[in-house]
Amino acid sequence: MHDPESRLLGIARSLYDQFREGTVPHLVLPTRTKKNIEYSTEDDVWVYGDQESVRSVKTIRGAKTLLKTVHLIDLLVTEHLRGNRASTLREIYYISENWDLAKFAEQAESDRLIEDLEIITGLQREDFHVRPEEDGAAVFGPLRIRERTRRGEREIHCQEDIGEAGYQIPFNVDFVEFLEHDARMVIAVETGGMYARLIENGFDEEFDAILVHLKGQPARSTRRFIKRLNTELGLPVAVFTDGDPWSYRIYASVAYGAIKSAHLSEHLATPDAKFLGVQPTDIVEYNLSTDRLTDRDLHALRAELTDPRFGSDYWQKQIQLQIDLKKKAEQQAFAGKGLDFVTKRYLPERLSDLGMA
Amino acid sequence: MDTAEELAKHQRSISVAEFFEKNRQILGFDSAPRALITCVKEAVDNSLDACEDAGILPDIFIQIRRAGELYRVIVEDNGPGIVPSEIPRVFAKLLYGSRFHVLRQSRGQQGIGISAAVLYSQLTTGKPTRITSRTSPERPARYVEVMINTAKNEPEIIREEDIDWERPRGTRVELDIEGSYVRGRRQSVYSYLKNVAIVNPHARITFVEPDGSTERFERATELLPKRAYEIKPHPAGIELGELTKMLRYTERRKLSSFLKESFSSIGNIAAQEIIQNSGLDPSMDPRSLDYDQSRRLFEALRRMKLKSPPVDCLSPIGEDLIRSGLAKEYRVDFIATVSRPVSVYSGNPFVVEAGMGFGGELDRNGRVEILRFANRVPLIYQQGACAITHAIEGVSWKSYGLDQPGGGLPVGPAVILVHVASTNIPFTSESKDAVADIPEILTEMDLAMKEIGRKLRRFLAIQETLSERREKEEIIGRILPRMADKLADMLGLERPDISRVVARIMGNILVRREIEQEDGRLRVCIEIENNTSSQRSFKLHEILPVEAEDLDPPARRVAMGDRYDHQWKIAIRAGEKVILRYAVKNHLQRMPEAVVEGLEPEIVTGARVLSDA
Repeated sequence: MHDPESRLLGIARSLYDQFREGTVPHLVLPTRTKKNIEYSTEDDVWVYGDQESVRSVKTIRGAKTLLKTVHLIDLLVTEHLRGNRASTLREIYYISENWDLAKFAEQAESDRLIEDLEIITGLQREDFHVRPEEDGAAVFGPLRIRERTRRGEREIHCQEDIGEAGYQIPFNVDFVEFLEHDARMVIAVETGGMYARLIENGFDEEFDAILVHLKGQPARSTRRFIKRLNTELGLPVAVFTDGDPWSYRIYASVAYGAIKSAHLSEHLATPDAKFLGVQPTDIVEYNLSTDRLTDRDLHALRAELTDPRFGSDYWQKQIQLQIDLKKKAEQQAFAGKGLDFVTKRYLPERLSDLGMA
Repeated sequence: MDTAEELAKHQRSISVAEFFEKNRQILGFDSAPRALITCVKEAVDNSLDACEDAGILPDIFIQIRRAGELYRVIVEDNGPGIVPSEIPRVFAKLLYGSRFHVLRQSRGQQGIGISAAVLYSQLTTGKPTRITSRTSPERPARYVEVMINTAKNEPEIIREEDIDWERPRGTRVELDIEGSYVRGRRQSVYSYLKNVAIVNPHARITFVEPDGSTERFERATELLPKRAYEIKPHPAGIELGELTKMLRYTERRKLSSFLKESFSSIGNIAAQEIIQNSGLDPSMDPRSLDYDQSRRLFEALRRMKLKSPPVDCLSPIGEDLIRSGLAKEYRVDFIATVSRPVSVYSGNPFVVEAGMGFGGELDRNGRVEILRFANRVPLIYQQGACAITHAIEGVSWKSYGLDQPGGGLPVGPAVILVHVASTNIPFTSESKDAVADIPEILTEMDLAMKEIGRKLRRFLAIQETLSERREKEEIIGRILPRMADKLADMLGLERPDISRVVARIMGNILVRREIEQEDGRLRVCIEIENNTSSQRSFKLHEILPVEAEDLDPPARRVAMGDRYDHQWKIAIRAGEKVILRYAVKNHLQRMPEAVVEGLEPEIVTGARVLSDA
């Protein structure tokens, strides 16, 4: 009973049985809010707590959502699994076009239902042959891999065999095998500008670092890739982002897991990942050029103060400092001190603070 | 002193006509559009009052025509008419009238209204006002052209003659004025007349606009409003000066009879007590009281707890007519009305009545529309200064289901009508646009608004329940069957019976029958489940072509021709279940549906309901 088909049909069966028993059909799901995530000491990641919500056909909303779920299960079972096909999240939204009453109002709705099915079955969307629209981000560094593709197997060295953009992480990371490496650390970088700067300055060679470009809020495959570098190769991970509330959430999703995908934290989160910067204290220490915080920024920072993932003394102090400063800084702000400042001065100092170099 | 004598030469009295000539804004002629509305209003008020006094159902015709640069206003009624000798003074002498000295509810009081319109006409056009009036079909109609001699406040007859007139009875006024005609907004002749029609549902009003288009506001009732009777003043509203005047001019020769005859609400016992409290002699001649004695009497009157003044001096519209007035001019889903009991401020009896129309074609997003009335006269200007507006603003409408962003007037598809009837409406100014904030009146209005609010809330709650019911019908009618089909399809199983789930969602009584074949017999098991929120008692019938056996529990059996009715009396508490069993010989072609008696059809799933009718 571990195959995706029987697990999905199991959900359908339970709804069917509820009809037969005269129980109002319903599904029970963990509440997906920041109030209901808790730290799992077993895996060192944040997972959903005990709060559950019941989705039943008693309301029109609930009834429609369950009808959509049934249609979605049917699609995944008959088309995807039995027909061995795959669709993107976006395609699934379009497929629902002719489901009449069960048509999705927007893609966010179908995305959410896929996540719900992941939670209930304990599987991942890749198991249902569902892939995201965009591919994962890019990797550059002293690492040799083997990727299983539809056109056969490829061996790639992530410094020698690729262009300046780096090796593109595929949506299903389980098709990638790590062969060998000369790396001492993994640096995950939020912005393309800083990723290019580090490659141009030869940071990967000088510090034996695998650079991972996060492209903003990282895709699941990127997080999964980082997690595997960390656990399979035993490499320490540091996350280098802008210094604003949204970037801290990027770090948190790499290190602790995202609220939206807390059911997958054990697969996606890298609890050892360290926060490299930009730290609010750096703004003061390095006198970085800054922008004023907007009201939305302030609101986000205050929300983070009550987010259990930012509950440590370190984060409480940094966030409070930023609220007091009312300022934020981008990674590129270091360029104001010269193009080499970040590789010659900031990163070496920070890495030694963190005990990574 | 020379100077004083010099000044004295210039001092002379000013007639009221001259005064208003210079201060026309006091009477509501301050702008061109408003002047036109005011002229119509004064003439229509007179017509309505005259018809009511004479017990005639009013039929009023209003026409506004362009006459060169000017407007001609014609107002014609089927009222009792005015005797020829009175016509000049009624129309061309200010402060002349029959109502000023009388305490009862009426539209006009001071005798200013129509003569002010005549004055305004002559000021802006230099023309006389033309009146035709006839008091009986046996008499000729009288045609008079008049102007006002403002220095003397006396009428000047320009022309008068007897003429032929097609009306058997009634009055027609025709005046030319400088004005301007606006359409389609709240402050317009049209909207004024519409409001008049709402609170005077006994009147037929025909309106011809300058472009020739005709609007008729038909009457919604043939019943005349209750007549308002004259009353004597109530001591609570009296002032010392007034009392002194009454004492001096009374025809009574004894203090006690003076009190009883001059005031309302004072009887023998009250009169004695008042006199005793003032330390005076009941047999005193009222005219002999000196200042000190008058003052003592005044104070005793003031301190005396008296019953309220009689209320037959008032003529409220009544809840039914407010309802029909609103219903005839607005398309709404719901109307609430309230008529408060008579109350008193400063000795003046008054009544507050209100109505609300909700939903229908009313604007959902704007502020609610307010219709203000005083003694059946629509108030159009100065809404913000009016006690009616203040009372509406003072209510917390949110708790009654209307939005009230930032306080103030509520927002939503509603029209609120408030009518104050009194022998003396306290206006904020002589132009009678707004009711003053008298605490007693505000309190009554507040209570009226809250009563209407409670009715609205009840209506909205019922709507809510209905829409919940519709929502549930959508669920059980469309979504659940699809879900069941899809699940059965996907799993390769037969379609599940969804009736139990349906009954649970609807909160219904579920009757579910299961039939099994056994040894050449049919074993029937009826499961009845009460998913409603209260205990239910009813009868269940199984009407079969054969007699059933092994009834558990036993049932009453009634032969009906070639069929047998098996009846169970059932009482079942909320959330509980009852099971009935029986068996029949297995030669039934098909089982007829179970029948339930004594329940509303909409709460039963799985059985036919025998209706009471």
